[in-house]
Order: sequence, then structure tokens, then C-alpha cells
Amino acid sequence: MASVLPQLLNLLLQFIDSFGFLVLSAIGLAIIFGMMGVINLAHGEFITVGAYGTALSFHAGLPLPVAMLVGVALTTVFGLILEFTVIRRLYGRLLDSMVATWGISLIMIQGLRIVFGSSLPSIGTPLGSVQYGSFSYSTYRLLLAGASLVLLGVLYWVFTSTEFGTRARATIQDEEMSRALGTDTNRMYLLTFGIGSALAGLTGALYAPTMTIVPGMGSTFLVEAFVTVVVGGASVLVGTSGAGLLLGFINAVFSNLFGTFAGRMALLVTTILVIRALPRGITGLLEDVRGGT
Amino acid sequence: MQNDTTAKQSSERTTRRASRRQFLQASGAAGALVLTAGCSSMGGGSGSDTLKMGVLEDQSGNFALTGIQKYHAQTLAVEEINAEGGINGQEIEMISPDPQSDNQRYQELARRLINRDNVDVLFGGFASSSREAIRPIVDENQQLYFYTNQYEGGVCDTYTWCTGAVPEQQISTTLEFLTDEFGDNFYTIAADYNFGQITAAWYRKIANEIGANVMNEEFIPLDVSQFGSTINRIQEADPDFLVTLLVGSNHASFYNQKNAAGLEVPMNTTVNMAQGYEHLRFDPPALANMYVGVNYMQEIPTEQNRNFVDRFYERWPDADYVGQMAQNSYFTTYLYKQAVEKAGTTDQDEILSVLDEEPMTVEAPEGTVTTDPETHHVTHQIRLARANENHEITFRNQQAVEPYWLRETPYPGCDLTQTVGASSDEPTTQYTPRGV
Repeated sequence: MASVLPQLLNLLLQFIDSFGFLVLSAIGLAIIFGMMGVINLAHGEFITVGAYGTALSFHAGLPLPVAMLVGVALTTVFGLILEFTVIRRLYGRLLDSMVATWGISLIMIQGLRIVFGSSLPSIGTPLGSVQYGSFSYSTYRLLLAGASLVLLGVLYWVFTSTEFGTRARATIQDEEMSRALGTDTNRMYLLTFGIGSALAGLTGALYAPTMTIVPGMGSTFLVEAFVTVVVGGASVLVGTSGAGLLLGFINAVFSNLFGTFAGRMALLVTTILVIRALPRGITGLLEDVRGGT
Repeated sequence: MQNDTTAKQSSERTTRRASRRQFLQASGAAGALVLTAGCSSMGGGSGSDTLKMGVLEDQSGNFALTGIQKYHAQTLAVEEINAEGGINGQEIEMISPDPQSDNQRYQELARRLINRDNVDVLFGGFASSSREAIRPIVDENQQLYFYTNQYEGGVCDTYTWCTGAVPEQQISTTLEFLTDEFGDNFYTIAADYNFGQITAAWYRKIANEIGANVMNEEFIPLDVSQFGSTINRIQEADPDFLVTLLVGSNHASFYNQKNAAGLEVPMNTTVNMAQGYEHLRFDPPALANMYVGVNYMQEIPTEQNRNFVDRFYERWPDADYVGQMAQNSYFTTYLYKQAVEKAGTTDQDEILSVLDEEPMTVEAPEGTVTTDPETHHVTHQIRLARANENHEITFRNQQAVEPYWLRETPYPGCDLTQTVGASSDEPTTQYTPRGV
């Protein structure tokens, strides 16, 4: 009986850890896909840029939080340049944009390898650990989960309470009408893509101290991101956080009870079931519920 | 920075090869005549002016971190041999296309090297999957092939020589030491594919033999990079030490995360440090108290090794590390040289027979290495390396360990000296431990 409490705590911590990882992996992808209809297959490499920026500036002597900001800034600039040069020409061409961003991803992985070599020195995870019973847990990982909640809150505020948010949503709903009403839609797309890139960069920056920093590191985020977006559906905030809750819970339960492999399997099986039962994801389900009442 | 070096290196290469190229151009007309006459040289280019060595090492892609080291070390060996006058007066021409850590490219390139370039010998391959991808091609073409990686053991093949360390060499001495030192109960986490599964079975087998106890095993898919639940499960089991058979950059995140979560336990592995130099890449103390049974690390403090390491970094000043398998590639090139000189020809069947005749020895940076004709593996100098909390490496328990397992009868009962010469029904099986 004495060991039940720490076990429950394990489950809870694993849950918020998975939730944080899923939400942070997916949020940049969700924004760019949800708002612009571009499937960014280079999303993982955007995250990698954030991690590289952070690691390089950290090893150049900057304190970690500043290094993280550098990582985010770098990814944002990178995203903006890419939008201006490549993505802009591919709006409304879903398959073309996939091929183009996939190409970008390949170029970036090998480019990073050529410029910086096969791996960067790692950054030790800061903040130590919390102890409970015979278990302990990394404090920094609690902070990661917290960061995902804060981020969701900030995005909710940006898209509902600012002029930019209103214009952005108007552009998504009806591009021509909002252009007629005086919104510079090109600028909206540029900014949205910039925000998506910044969020990807932030994910990379936040996870840089917990992972080995190698050119191909983005791929581990990409799968989780896609699973989350597919399960979540079109709505950025509701979908991402809903999918994070559902998948995070399932992953936590199965990997705690049966190991990491079982957790992965459960995650993918859930995804298949959700796609089968709810083609429009959690967003679609919520809309149906709301429409029904 | 690295671009400069590459440019410099390639220009060096060009000048060194210029004379040979001129010669080739001069003899080009004659060569064309021979080819159009349909008289292609059989038996692996034995009629050509150079000795052709095909080298498949991953210079890019997933395994580049170790592939590059192997490529560098082999190039060094080839250049040293050429500078000393080559093998039997023939200069080695190293043909080393990049398989990019991609098994399909491995197959394409192996076919190209064997059938188009007519290489006299084939080297390389990193993952067991890449070795298994090209081994049917090697056998089909009766091509002499050296696989220089440490691996999960069990390959018994006439045409393949495995010159890396195998589990019985890396694990048996290490596990005895660890159980004496820390206790009998250990927990295994392993990469969920061929290598991890078979090596974990080896740990079970050797644990049975010495009376140790495997508390639990967890197999983790290669693309997993988050280890929170694994760490909790290990803490719950509370083992005396932890065996980690994690592979690749995603899995490497485990050490940092284990550390951040405050999990402190002695660790043992067959893969880390000696290959991917994790002790230099990761912030200490991520690998504190890690024990590895190795046949080589660049830190080995012998005179012989110091010389090798100096030569290596003189040739490749920007290289990051020269690890276990790079050293294997290096000494295996010399082993090949020795075999060709003894055979007096580049004919592959002759060389295979010479290698099968009696054990040969090479003075490698690790110490004396002896071949084992029965199993086509080698006896290695195995040391137990330990990283402390500052990631400084110390070695102990050096001993020559034979690759004994494949010879055991009734199973697997491998004896390749009985299958000299080439027939189509050679053993190509990969044997795995039974009943564990």
C-alpha cells in the first residue's frame, strides 16, 4: 500500500511529461498547417535549428536562458527567410509544399552535418531532481511541461484578444474577403509562418539540454508532432491540447505499466482508432457536440 | 572550417595520385583494347596495376559519427602501406563510395564494387543490418570481405572475416568483474532490433553461466528519445547495476535524462564510449561509473597506441575521435596485407586459403591480435574501461580473449577450415545463443 502513492505520482509525472512533449513538438506544425494549410515536413529541422542555436551559443559562453532566446530568434529569422523565398510560392499547393519542405529538410540535415560535424557537445540538464519514495524525477522536465501550458495560454490570448489574432483568423476563414477589407494577407501569412517557426525553435531550445544534439534529431519530434496534429484536427489550440491530453495519458499508462515499446504501440493504435472513428480529429468531435446542443 | 580541410585533403590526394593518373591515361588505349576484346579480368582485377580495395563506410547519414572514424583510419592504413611500397609492389587503390547509412545503397554499391570495379577485397559496413544486406552479395560473388565492427556475434561464413570483438569477448570478463564488485542483480535496457535482442540474449546466457540474475529487460525502439518511464521502472527494480545496449543518437539522450532524474547506478555496455566517444561528447557526469569491455579506445596508455593516435591526428587534425572500430579497420588492412604477401598473389581463393591455413598475428594499436581460422574471427586484447564522474577513462584486467563460442559443439559447431575453396553451399547462417 505504501508504494501506491509514488506509483501514482510516477504516472502523473509521466503524463505531464508526455503532454508537454507532444504539445511542444506539435504546436509549430499545428499553427502552420492549421492556419495556412502548408504541411511543413521540415518542422523537425526547424526544431533542430532551435537546438543548434541554443547549444552553439551556450558553448560560446552565453547563459542557458539567453542561449535559448538566441535559438528561438535564429529559427524565427530562418523561418521568415524560407517563407519569403520558397513557401510563399506554394500556398494552396499542398503536395508541392510537402515535397519542397521535405527537400529542405534533407538539405538541412546534411548541411548541418557538413558545417558542424556529426554531433555537438551536449548541454547538461539544469535544475537537478525531486525525490519521492524510491523514485526521483528531473525538475527541468516539470518545467518543460509547465512551459507547454504557458505557451497554450499565450497563444489563446494572441489569437482571441489581439488585432493580429483577429486579422489572422479572418485571413484563414476567407482570404479574399479579408484582403478586400484591408488586411495585408501576405503579411499575415509571413507573420504566422514566423510564429510557427519561433515555436518550433522554442521547442528545440527547451529540449536541447535533455537530448543529444545531432543533425537528425528533428525526426523524433516530427512523428509525435504529426500524430498529435492528426488526432487533434484542424483547430490549433483545442486540437493540440486535446490530443496532448489524450495521447499523453495513453502513453503514460502503457509505458509505465509495460515499458516504452508498449507506450509507442498504444500511441499509434490510438491514432489509428481516432482517424477511423473521428476523421476530423478531436476538433471535429467537439464541433459535432457543440452543433448538436 | 571543415570545408577547408576537405578541400585541402582532396587537393593533396590529387597531387599524390597525379603520377598514377598520367600513367593510367597513357595505358588507357591499351586498356580499352582489352575491354573491347571482351577479355575482362576474372577473379577480381588480378591483372590490373593496382590492388583494388573496396571500402563501404558511412561518411554521411545516421552512422556517420563512427563511419567517418573508420573511413579515416582505413585511409591512414592504406596511405602508410602505399608509402612503404604497397603490397607485393602493388599500390592499393581505395575505392570508397559513401553508402550513406542506407542498406539499399549498401547493396547497390557492393554490387558495383564487386562486379564493375572488380575489387580484390571488400571492407566495411557498420550496422549488422548493413552487413546482412551485403553478405548474400558477397557470398554469391565469392568475394573476400572484412567486417570490422564489433557486433552481436554468430556469423560463420567462408567469405566473411569479422575482425571486431564479439559478445563472448566483451561480456564474459566484464560481467564477472561487475557481479563481484556490485552484486548479482542487473537490469537490461536494449535497442529493439537484431543487435540489442541478440546481445541481451548473450547477457542472459553468460549470467546463467556465472550465476547472475537478469531482473528485467526492456527493449526500446530506435526512434525513442524520451526515457522518463524507463527511468522510473529501473528505479522501481533497484538493480545492482544497469546494462545499457542503447544505440544511436536518439537513445544517447538516455544518459543525460537519467542523470537529470537523479538515477545513480553503475552501468555496463558493449557499445558506448569506445565508438561514439560519448564520454567526450556528453557533459559529465552523464556517463559516470560506466564500464565497457573494449578491445580498443584511443585513451589506451601504451607506447604502441600513442604512436598510432599521433599518426592518426597528424593525418586528420580535425577528427574528433579514433575509436574501437576505426582501430579494427586499421589493423585489418595490415592483416590483409600480410595475407596477400603470404599468398604471393591477389587471387581471392588463394588468400582465403592462406587465411584458413593457420592463425596469423598482427601488432595492432590494441596489442597482439590473432586470427582464428575456424570461425573467421580474431582473438582480441580485451580491457575493462571505466569512466569516472569527470569522464576520465581507466583500464584494467587486460587479457587476450578468444572468440570461442562459434566453435562449440554440438552447437553452433562452426569450422570454416573444413570448407576451404569455393562451393555454393557454404555456411552463411548467423547463429544465436539457444535456450536463454
